[in-house]
Amino acid sequence: MSAEDVLVLGETKQGTPTDMTLELAACARQLASQTGGQAVVVLLGPEGKQAATQVADAHRVVVVEDDILATYTPAPYLELLSHLVDQSKPIALLVGSTSVGLDVAPLLAARMNLPIVGGCQKISAENGALKVTASFCAGKMLADVEISATPAVLMLLPGSYRAGGGAAPQVEIIRSPIALDPGPVCFEQMILPAATDVDITQQEVLVAVGRGIQQQDNLALAEELAEALGGAVCATRPIVDQGWLPLTRQVGKSGMTVKPKLYLALGVSGAPEHVEGLKGAGLIIAVNTDPKAPIFETAQYGVVADLLDVVPAITEALKAKTN
Amino acid sequence: MIQASKKAVDEGRTLTLLEEVLASPEGESVLTCMQCGVCSGSCPYGEVMKYPPRQIIQEAIAGADADLISSPSVWMCVGCYTCAKRCPRGIDLTDVVWPALRDQALQRGIQPPTELRVAFQNLYLYGNLLGISPRKRLDWAKDLDVTVRDLSRQPEPVEVLWLVGCYPSYYPRNQIVTRAMARLLTAMGVRWGVLGKDEKSLGDCDRLFGEEGLFELLVENNHKLFRQHQFDRLLLTDPHGFRALQKFYPRYGIEVPAQHYTMYLAEKIDQLKPLLVRAIEATVTYHDNCCVGRRCDCYEPPRELLRIIPGLKLVEMPRNREIALCCGGGGGGMWLDGHITEHGGKRLSDERVLEAAGTGANILAVSCPFELSRFEDSIKVTGLEGKLVVRDIIELLAESMGLEERKKA
Amino acid sequence: MNIAVVLRQVPDLIETLEIADDGTRLDYGAARFIVNEWDNHALEQALLLKESEGSSVTVVALDFGEVDNTLYEASAKGADTIVKIPWDSEEPPALRQAAALYAEVLRGIGAELILVGCQSHDELEGPLAPQLAFTLNLPYVGVVRGVQPGDQPGSIRVFKEFPGAVVARMSVRLPALIGVLAAEKAPRYVPVSRIRAAMKSTPIRESQVDVPQAAAPVNVLRLYVPEAPERAEMLDGSAEEVAERICQILAEKGLLR
Ligand SMILES: Cc1cc2nc3c(=O)[nH]c(=O)nc-3n(C[C@H](O)[C@H](O)[C@H](O)COP(=O)(O)OP(=O)(O)OC[C@H]3O[C@@H](n4cnc5c(N)ncnc54)[C@H](O)[C@@H]3O)c2cc1C
Repeated sequence: MSAEDVLVLGETKQGTPTDMTLELAACARQLASQTGGQAVVVLLGPEGKQAATQVADAHRVVVVEDDILATYTPAPYLELLSHLVDQSKPIALLVGSTSVGLDVAPLLAARMNLPIVGGCQKISAENGALKVTASFCAGKMLADVEISATPAVLMLLPGSYRAGGGAAPQVEIIRSPIALDPGPVCFEQMILPAATDVDITQQEVLVAVGRGIQQQDNLALAEELAEALGGAVCATRPIVDQGWLPLTRQVGKSGMTVKPKLYLALGVSGAPEHVEGLKGAGLIIAVNTDPKAPIFETAQYGVVADLLDVVPAITEALKAKTN
Repeated sequence: MIQASKKAVDEGRTLTLLEEVLASPEGESVLTCMQCGVCSGSCPYGEVMKYPPRQIIQEAIAGADADLISSPSVWMCVGCYTCAKRCPRGIDLTDVVWPALRDQALQRGIQPPTELRVAFQNLYLYGNLLGISPRKRLDWAKDLDVTVRDLSRQPEPVEVLWLVGCYPSYYPRNQIVTRAMARLLTAMGVRWGVLGKDEKSLGDCDRLFGEEGLFELLVENNHKLFRQHQFDRLLLTDPHGFRALQKFYPRYGIEVPAQHYTMYLAEKIDQLKPLLVRAIEATVTYHDNCCVGRRCDCYEPPRELLRIIPGLKLVEMPRNREIALCCGGGGGGMWLDGHITEHGGKRLSDERVLEAAGTGANILAVSCPFELSRFEDSIKVTGLEGKLVVRDIIELLAESMGLEERKKA
Repeated sequence: MNIAVVLRQVPDLIETLEIADDGTRLDYGAARFIVNEWDNHALEQALLLKESEGSSVTVVALDFGEVDNTLYEASAKGADTIVKIPWDSEEPPALRQAAALYAEVLRGIGAELILVGCQSHDELEGPLAPQLAFTLNLPYVGVVRGVQPGDQPGSIRVFKEFPGAVVARMSVRLPALIGVLAAEKAPRYVPVSRIRAAMKSTPIRESQVDVPQAAAPVNVLRLYVPEAPERAEMLDGSAEEVAERICQILAEKGLLR
């Protein structure tokens, strides 16, 4: 590896790279093309082997195997990454703003006294200096930042890059080059969410139905769409009042406050009490027959149409895409 | 209550519920309670409360209040004043017993329902219940076709200092009414002004909810404002604020002439009448809000205002005046819908719009800012869309005066 | 157990933020300040431990924004000691400078457990909590919802959150610094009368520390408000065309399964 390379800390889930990892790889590839180096993704732990070939945008994937890396704990990750960064001196280490990334990236920057930027949305390189556009104050502001000292640690926000799909990467599987010690933090157990009713406050994708759904039977359309998206159905208060869905699915002032990455509002007018509950939502797309519906002031994308036409079409299109 | 509970806090001691009730003005009346149960029987939520009002007094007197304090009943009163109104012993349950009970709960570390907690927090941080920036308090006046004297920018003497209120300043549906009010006052030639970014809630909801400390904070703030400005009287859109000014501010030595807008306009009815040039051909029923109505026995002024509108036919709901059913939003009820539903209570506004529609009226007229959103929402869930609409008296008057909204050039 | 909590002031996002004349910084003079949401959770978690374990809680904050109100509120909620660190500038310290400041005060407190919000919305240089852990030479785990006493003395148990509400239970040897995402319960409401009583009865301890030099922070060239359309971008066409376009948007944002 050389000073033109871009290093990425990837993560896996059940033997596949996470979406964030694919985005990081895409970002790294673009950056590497500007520096004239390579995008090198590091995967730690036994799942890495299986996932490596799927990180399409990487030039190289380095899988580090060691029993201690089977589950995440901070110390071994930190030791290993420090070693790799120290050895290879890349221009940047890209890390996702994930549970692991939020621990490891700042710890590493602190320990190696490297510059660090959080909330990155766009990263580029020019004459050896990095230029970053980062989100500040929860996205109310953007900052254009310049970093001349390298390596820099850059934490990428999800949804910033689109995974492309280059050729299959070159995969290298190594044993940990250094002895790893578990350290003072010890993994004990994974706890999966209880399989009772869905907790809409924890969902990343929500399909919300309002009175535009018209009949209880039509809820099935929303359920199907939610399933295709890997999310859950929630509703406005009148829908819950009618007993079509339980109180735990109500979004808004007198219901739940949700923070999904995607909120699809179907036949929801966008009353202030409802909108109050989705302040933390990422992308909002609304379907409503009324072009004047207030929900279009909250949503980023809108469709003026009958949801009974559009919803099945979206579900179909999604199925076609994912199959 | 105020002094006693302050002292207890200073001493690090919490009062018992009875001590707290007795320490408040009029508190001793609870000792005359004969446990007749009229209060519980009249309470719209009496049936779903584990501790309806009668039992609250019983437990308080017996000194066995631990279970009561932590029960959901504590957060189920919506301040409709029916129990207080009907109590044969004249015990002021709404203004004395309930706030004391809630203060007790808060002082003992019981957490209010989340919605209410958020509303309190908003009041504490921003001085309004909606948690919107105080700097946006005058957003309703953007591009308005009449002059708004913002006294926070340029103080000057006015005839009427209009305290617009939280919902009327911020909530989109209410802003329409607020703009109509501005045009109406101007058309009547009134010299009026508002406090703009300086205006803060008068604090009635939190007082009723036992958040005495928060109420005091707001009272101090408002007192300072009243002293800074020159005006003949205060005009209120919100009956709850009016109630607070009329009954509770004097306890802090603050006596300012204040009127709810229905009272103020009814006083000027002779001046108003000739301005009502357009007929509104509609059958209208009027919903008495609890503060101006039941609490202050002021039933006629709003009706007089409706009757002078040409073409308008006023009909009454079976439950009107002192027995009017509450909309369920009073004194904090706006932030308890979730809690009340969870504990088996039905929304009063749903029942009320059905009653209104039953009169054959096609307009439900209101005079309290909470009622617009509550009733309009209830109309959606009761299948009354297209049959009944909700309009504030101000809107009806403005319409009859021909005061359509015109954009300022 | 001795617990310390760091409470930071951040610009309140209900106000429209303004940019200073040089175009690279926030106009802090025009901002309103509020306690960092996640630090508030850290405080709640500390208070829950105090209630269950009899721990003592010390709250540390920089003299910035509405710090006094925040400290009195913390005291009213149950914090035992409230400490204020002098800070003269209208702008908050840079990341490593802040870490050095807090570290110096925290060393003097000798807490076994330090709880800090695992993030804050004004951290251009990444989160403070891990940096502070490094400065104090303490182990760190962040994105934690819930801290409980451990099986063995001198350890705690934390619950680290992963996507999809999956949680890893971990044990951590003390002393340690934990980055809190959420307390086991929502931060409590404390009646205003208690806050006002605390203002009268609780002294704020002022700590004296030397302000460390700010290391060169990352160089902000420009700070600006992103273009946010007032209304949604409308997607036209047949149901199939619209559906196709939506799929595309979701794919671009990485929201497809
Ligand atoms: C104190 C209080 C608390 C409240 N709390 C909450 C709360 O927590 N959560 C909440 O949701 N509400 C709450 N409400 C109710 C809120 O005011 C609204 O009444 C409610 O959100 C409206 O729900 P809706 O959008 O489903 O219905 P509507 O407002 O009736 O909107 C239905 C929408 O569907 C559209 N539509 C109709 N047919 C179609 C079709 N075929 N295809 C596509 N679109 C169609 C219409 O154009 C319309 O915009 C509260 C109200 C009050 C007063």
